[in-house]
Parts: sequence; C-alpha cells; structure tokens
Amino acid sequence: MELFLHQLLAGIATGGIYACMALAVVMIYQSIDHFNFAQGEMAMFSTYIAWQLLAWGFPYWIAFILTIVISFIGGVVIERGLFKPIRNAPVLSHIIVFIAMFSILNSLAGFTWEYTIKSFPSPFPAQPLFNNRLIGAHDLGMIAITLILLVLLYVLFRHTRLGLAMRAAAANPDSARLVGIRVGWMVALGWGLAAAIGAVAGMMIAPVVFLEPNMMLGILLYGLAGAVVGGLTSPVGAVLGGFAVGIVENLAGTFVPVVGKELKLTIALVLIVAVLMVKPSGLFGRAAVSRV
Amino acid sequence: MAVREDIAETAVAATPRFGGLTVPAWQRLITIAALLVALALPLFLKNFHVFQLTLVMIYSIAILGLNLLTGINGQFSLGHSAFYAIGAYTTAVLMDRFGVPYFLTLPAAGIVCLVAGFLFGLPALRLEGLYLALATFALAVATPQLLKLSIFEHWTGGVQGIVIIKPDAPFGLPLSQDRWLYYFTLAILVLMFAAAMRLVGSRTGRALKAIRDNPLAAKAMGVDTALYKSLAFGVSALYTGVAGSLGAIVVQFVAPDSFTFFLAVSFLVGLVVGGVGWIPGALIGGIFIMYIPNLAEQVSKGLAWAVYGVILILVIYVMPTGAAGFVRLVAGRLNRLMSSNR
Repeated sequence: MELFLHQLLAGIATGGIYACMALAVVMIYQSIDHFNFAQGEMAMFSTYIAWQLLAWGFPYWIAFILTIVISFIGGVVIERGLFKPIRNAPVLSHIIVFIAMFSILNSLAGFTWEYTIKSFPSPFPAQPLFNNRLIGAHDLGMIAITLILLVLLYVLFRHTRLGLAMRAAAANPDSARLVGIRVGWMVALGWGLAAAIGAVAGMMIAPVVFLEPNMMLGILLYGLAGAVVGGLTSPVGAVLGGFAVGIVENLAGTFVPVVGKELKLTIALVLIVAVLMVKPSGLFGRAAVSRV
Repeated sequence: MAVREDIAETAVAATPRFGGLTVPAWQRLITIAALLVALALPLFLKNFHVFQLTLVMIYSIAILGLNLLTGINGQFSLGHSAFYAIGAYTTAVLMDRFGVPYFLTLPAAGIVCLVAGFLFGLPALRLEGLYLALATFALAVATPQLLKLSIFEHWTGGVQGIVIIKPDAPFGLPLSQDRWLYYFTLAILVLMFAAAMRLVGSRTGRALKAIRDNPLAAKAMGVDTALYKSLAFGVSALYTGVAGSLGAIVVQFVAPDSFTFFLAVSFLVGLVVGGVGWIPGALIGGIFIMYIPNLAEQVSKGLAWAVYGVILILVIYVMPTGAAGFVRLVAGRLNRLMSSNR
C-alpha cells in the first residue's frame, strides 16, 4: 500500500510536467488548428534563455518573467515571419516547416549552449513541504503553477473579449473576419501564448530532467498523449489527461512485470491509441462536427 | 470523308503538345532516358557513390509507399519508420538466424509488412487527419524501444542489432558487390514504380482517390471505405517494408536506433518535397533526403541541422506543393511559350 501510494504521488508529480506540456499543445491547437511538432523545442529554447539570464545574474523570478515575455514575442515573430507567408499552402507543407523549425531550434541551442547537460535551479525550497515523505516541494510547486496557468487561460478564453475573438478566429476564420476580428493577429497571439506556456513548462521541467537540447522529445510525446487522452479541444481535459498519463506510466512501470522500465514510452502509445479507439475526441473533448 | 478528316485534325490539335510530342510521349521519353542514365551511371562512379545512389533508390521506394497512403488515399502517417524497421528486421533475422538467401527475404518482408500495415490500418480507420498523425507518431517513437525489448533479444540482438553479410553478384558476373546491389535495387525500384502506376490508374486507384477527395461521396458511390483504407495502409507498408529490407541488405546492419522517429520525418520531408500524390516525385524526395543533409553539413558542421531547416523552409516557400507543382508550373510556362510562338 505504501509503495502504491508512493508511486501514485510520484505519478502525479511527473503528471504535472506532462499536464504543463499538454496545456501548451492544446493552446496552440486551439488557435491554429494544427499540432506544432516544434512545440517541445520552442520550450527547450525558452528554458535556455532563462538559463542564460540566470547565468548573467538576474534573480530567479525576474528571469522567469523576462523569459515568458521573450518567448511570447518570439512566438508572435515566428508566426508573422514564418507562417504568414505560407498561409495558403497545404497542411503537409506546414508540417514540414514545423520540422524545419524543430531542427533549427535544436541545432541552434546545441551550438550556442553546447550539448552538455546543465542543471537548472528550482524556485521552490529543497525541503519537502511540511516535512512529508511523499512529495517534494518542487513537484507541488509545479502542480500549483500548472493549475494557476489553467485558471488564467480559462479566464482569458471564457471571460474576455480578446479570448472570445481568439476562439472565433480559430473556429471560423471567415466569419470572424467578417465581424471585424483581425484573424491573422489572433493566430499570432495564439502562437505567442503557446510559446509562453511552453516556456513555463520548460522552466518547471528542467530542474527534474536537467537542461539539454534533447530534453523535450520524450516529454512532448507524453504531453501529446495527455492532450489526446483529455481531448484536444479542452484545456481542463488536457491537464487531467497529463496527470492521468503520469499516473498510469508510474503505476504500470512498477506493477506490470514485463513493461518495467523498458517500455515506458510505449505506454504512451498504447494509451493514445486506446483512447482514440473508444472515444476519438478524447475524454473531455467535443466531437468535431463539420458541415458537409 | 473530308469532314471526318477535319474532325480528326481538330481532335489532334486539341491534345496538348510540347515541341511536337504529346504529354504521354514525353513521359515515355523521359522515363527511357532516365533508365538509360540509371543503367550506365554506376559504371563511371566509385563504389561509395554507387552505394549512395542505391540508398537514394531505397528511400524512393519507401517514400513511394508513403505517397500511396498520403498522396493517393489522403491518410497521414508519421510512423513509416516502423514499417521500414519491420522490413529490415524481417530480412536480417531470416538471413542471420535461418540462412535464407537475401532475394527470398524481400517478398517475406513485404508480406509481413502488408499484414502489419493492414492490422495497424484497422484501428486507424477511426482516426482522421491530426489524430492519425498522432497515433502514427507514437508508433514511430515506440518502435526502437520495442526492438530493444529483452524478450525479443534472442531474435533481434537487442541494442547491438544484427550484422548481415553483403551478397556477391550471382553467376560470376564481373560486378562489385555495391554495383550488383545497385542493379538489383534498380530492378526492384522499376518493378515497384510500375506496379504503383498501374495501381493508381486502376479501378482500385480511383476508389482510393475518391476516398481522399470526398469520403462521404465515395461511400455513397458504393466504395467500401473501410476495406480500401486498410488496404492502402497495408500496401503502403509493403512498399516501405521492401525498402527497409533492401536497406538492411545494402547497409549490412540493423539496429534499433537506425529506425527512430527521425527516419519517419525524413520520409515525410521527401514526400512533400517531391510532391504529394505525384508518383515520380518520390525519386526527387529520395535524392533530397539523401544529399541535402550532407550538403548542409558541408556548409557548417556545428549548425548542420539548422542549415538543413533553413533549406527546407526555402524549398517550401519556393515550391509550396513540392516538385510536382514546380514541374507543372514549368510545363505550363513552356506550353504557353510554344503556343505564342506558333
């Protein structure tokens, strides 16, 4: 029982990472209707920027906020510069540009900051909260930040005009343009937001997995699994899905004999396919309905 | 009688001609010329370059497989490295553990992949567009892990992989191993491309394209969408599996880490650069994914992949629909030039 509880909490802790990433995935999916394969690399790059700022002597929270701002601007610039010119190209061409971005960011980060593994500080105390033996302070802090992000996004999308405009631009670009929404800029904003969330996710994840150019590959897949399990249209679902993936991964890794440590990534695959089989729109997502 | 000749003449004038030849005639001419060049080329090249060209052809077959699925049937896949891996491992295990001659392992790899693709295609029926891309993406990422699994180690050799022996030219032909494998691959390539052309032009091909363009209408016309979509997955996997099998023979080595997600991405890049849905585009895609990374490395060692990314973006900007769109554009321009001269 003790072992079970321990693994469950460890699962929730790693689930927090995936939830963060899943949130960023859903965010960009909501605003551009594509899945961005370079999302993980964008988050990784942002984390390197934070590392650089810290190395220059900025206090943690100032570096934190600066990184978010820089990432936001970076996201907007990428959309305006790279994706606006090929707006009308086929989906597959977009995916190729995502792949190109992936390799550019990865290579650039490795070139600038070298491929050696770096440690990244956590803003939370090293001592576990209330001296409990089950969950570390960083894990709790990470979960808290994910939940705060979720609430902020909820408020933005449900209760502000800007959020409404962004949702309209994603759901029906033509009609949105007709009522005077600047669809292009809404998409750019979506990119900025996704980049900013990715930056937060990266800074929260880096103390756990350490900083290196390839740190995000596996995490992106788990984040994806979380987003798909929860439903690509629902931020709440994505966060819950992220936690679910973390828990399943840990419990299966401990209690299913053959799976062990060898097949952890495969669990994500099985989970994605299983959920998609039963409920293609995810556990919390709305089924896509289109006019014929 | 005179009237009929008149009609015949206008009919002939109506079929577009470039420089006195019709489009199919040009296609035949270009195909024959390309084949002659392909036959003569290895005689003038060093073994290493012949080996590279063989790899180009192998990638082309794999990309062709992806093209049949994505370009003709409209289903995305980011997981074709998995089928390539299955093909490669089928060949390697058969050759290494059972001593089967290399040419017999090709059909075996093809059949294994056909079944694997068909089986993966069945659940994939429920998925569309992005979701299918995600599921196949997961497949690509999981493949190396599955291959490393200890319970299969007796067969797959675990992380170390399997080393196989390069075959000699048969009947005492005076060819180096690399040259022989080049001609062997070329023969398979021609066979596979011809079969793909036939398939696309056939009744089945039309059904596949109808599903891509409008699944609802296709269903209403009586096309068994589920069957055809799974079949497309199977045939696509067969092509990629045969490519993987050839790849294993030519490289003489299989290991789990050769079949990562990166390989699946390369196939996708080749597909889009060559032109989605255009069969000969697969060759251009194969050339691209073979030589452009090397080129990028020559530009800058440290930033090779950044250079590669920039080249990719430029290619998409210049030819948003790949080489297919580019060729169509050039042919259109030429045609207009010819007709204005007349």
